[in-house]
Amino acid sequence: MFLQQLVNGVALGSVYALIALGYTMVYGIITLINFAHGEIFMVGAFIGLLLVSFFKVNVFVAIVGAMIFCMIMGVLIELIAYRPLRKSSRLSALISAIGVSIFLSSLALMVFGADAKGFPEGAFPVQQIQVGSADISTLQLLIIGVSAVLMLGLEFIVQKTKIGKAMRATSEDYNTAALMGINVNRVISFTFALGSALAAAGGVLVGVLFNAVSFNMGLMAGLKAFAAAVLGGIGSIPGAMLGGLLLGVSEVFGVAIGYSSYRDAIAFTILVLVLLVKPTGLLGQKITKKV
Amino acid sequence: MADFLNSLVGAVDPYMMQILVNVGVAIVLALGLNVIVGLTGQLSLGHAAFMSIGAFTSAMVTIKTGLPFSLNLVVTGVVTAIVAAAIGFPILRLTGDYLAICTLGFAEIVKVFFLNFEPTNKALGLTVPPAKTLIPMPIYVWVVAILSIVLVTFVQSSRFGRALKAIREDEIAAEAMGINTARYKIQAFALGSFLAGVGGGLYAHFLSYINPSDFGFLKSVDILAMVVLGGLGSVPGTVIGSSVLASAPEFLRFMSQYRMLVYGALLVFLMVFRPNGLLGGVNFTELLLRAVGKKRK
Repeated sequence: MFLQQLVNGVALGSVYALIALGYTMVYGIITLINFAHGEIFMVGAFIGLLLVSFFKVNVFVAIVGAMIFCMIMGVLIELIAYRPLRKSSRLSALISAIGVSIFLSSLALMVFGADAKGFPEGAFPVQQIQVGSADISTLQLLIIGVSAVLMLGLEFIVQKTKIGKAMRATSEDYNTAALMGINVNRVISFTFALGSALAAAGGVLVGVLFNAVSFNMGLMAGLKAFAAAVLGGIGSIPGAMLGGLLLGVSEVFGVAIGYSSYRDAIAFTILVLVLLVKPTGLLGQKITKKV
Repeated sequence: MADFLNSLVGAVDPYMMQILVNVGVAIVLALGLNVIVGLTGQLSLGHAAFMSIGAFTSAMVTIKTGLPFSLNLVVTGVVTAIVAAAIGFPILRLTGDYLAICTLGFAEIVKVFFLNFEPTNKALGLTVPPAKTLIPMPIYVWVVAILSIVLVTFVQSSRFGRALKAIREDEIAAEAMGINTARYKIQAFALGSFLAGVGGGLYAHFLSYINPSDFGFLKSVDILAMVVLGGLGSVPGTVIGSSVLASAPEFLRFMSQYRMLVYGALLVFLMVFRPNGLLGGVNFTELLLRAVGKKRK
């Protein structure tokens, strides 16, 4: 029972972590809460669904396709809705992000309709594997595996490549990075591309897991992933992973011990409590106020 | 008197009246948020939570006690303000985005709480009996809206309001100047939530049906957009912002299915071309003086 719930929680949590990474990277670089991120996740799920049901491709190909599509979309959104606002107040950028999110979810509502769509039968062959007392499905293993691979890939890009170094420099100090000859605009576009790709992968995985894709799935998933990013310390990549896993596991355990109707409140209660005790999140760095 | 007012309301097209009432309620709500975000500079993403507390309190007061509506609204506002102060006490220590996130989390918790709260019918929502007042609802809403405009205008230029602006501009400097920032922030939060509660009470009694899901994240965002669109910290701006955004979905109704699509694009468009809001940075006294040909140094 315990092991079973733990696996369920880790599977859900790794998806939260995938989405949370996008929030945390964008926030780390331009201190913007990208509220459209949840909608990118939703669009990713729909693209994956389209690829699987109309083009009959493998789930893995669908994930890659959705990632590429959302990558382009993320860069475009940044170009249209955030870049012109980089010099103005952060609140206007926030409203602009919310505008994008309303736009995308109503677009999805118009194109795909209000009812939840499911993946076709056998999109991914599900088998149950008995491990001790737990029934682990291959689907959960897929989710955990794909998330782990993507996160390792991200860690590699951020730590080992040149553009990753530029990203770290930009998030450290935007202006100095620009003075040092880093093309800051390109770094920001790249960050959006990376974050959106991860969100899209998360979207397809969630779509397969719950077998339901709907136009309003982005809002709650986005808010929770965002809570995960803050929980781990916003701006910190390992923090987002840890926060996502913690939220997923605690949500599943909360439901398992009988608080299913409070499901959505569990994540936020933990969030509020952690913020009150440690306002920078679990792995966040303390920001000193300049006078 | 009541008959006269009723005939006055009857003379206006009901559809227009609906829009007007929506605008009136939006003004009360947005002014409340303007005190918190615009004046004090504390970003709150949970205004709808206080609106829902107000709406449910007001509805329950009407159902259980049948107080006259004016008294009911005062009770509602005070209850909401007390809840806000109790919550503000711990969370207003946070600043900037962390505060925004905390208020957002709190708003979700309130929503889930009402979705599971037996006395208010859980997720089914609550049917609200008509308000106990002789004055027709639309006029009532606008009287309250005008009263709140007057209230916030006075607050803004008072000693209290100037302290709030000082906190908005620089919290550390304000603290150094001897302003008790913690106390002022909680008071501003309570005042803004008082208006949110009153707005929620009006909303509940005008629509006569409330559902916890109506007060979600998007509602908070709607109200915030009104404040930012009009121009942070500007009372006329907030009034214009709420009038525009509260009526926009109605005016966009002719393209019914593209309505929300256009609304989202409109928000982005307005922010890109007018990042400080329609009336942000516009000083009305200055304009007035310039109009009569005087320049102020």
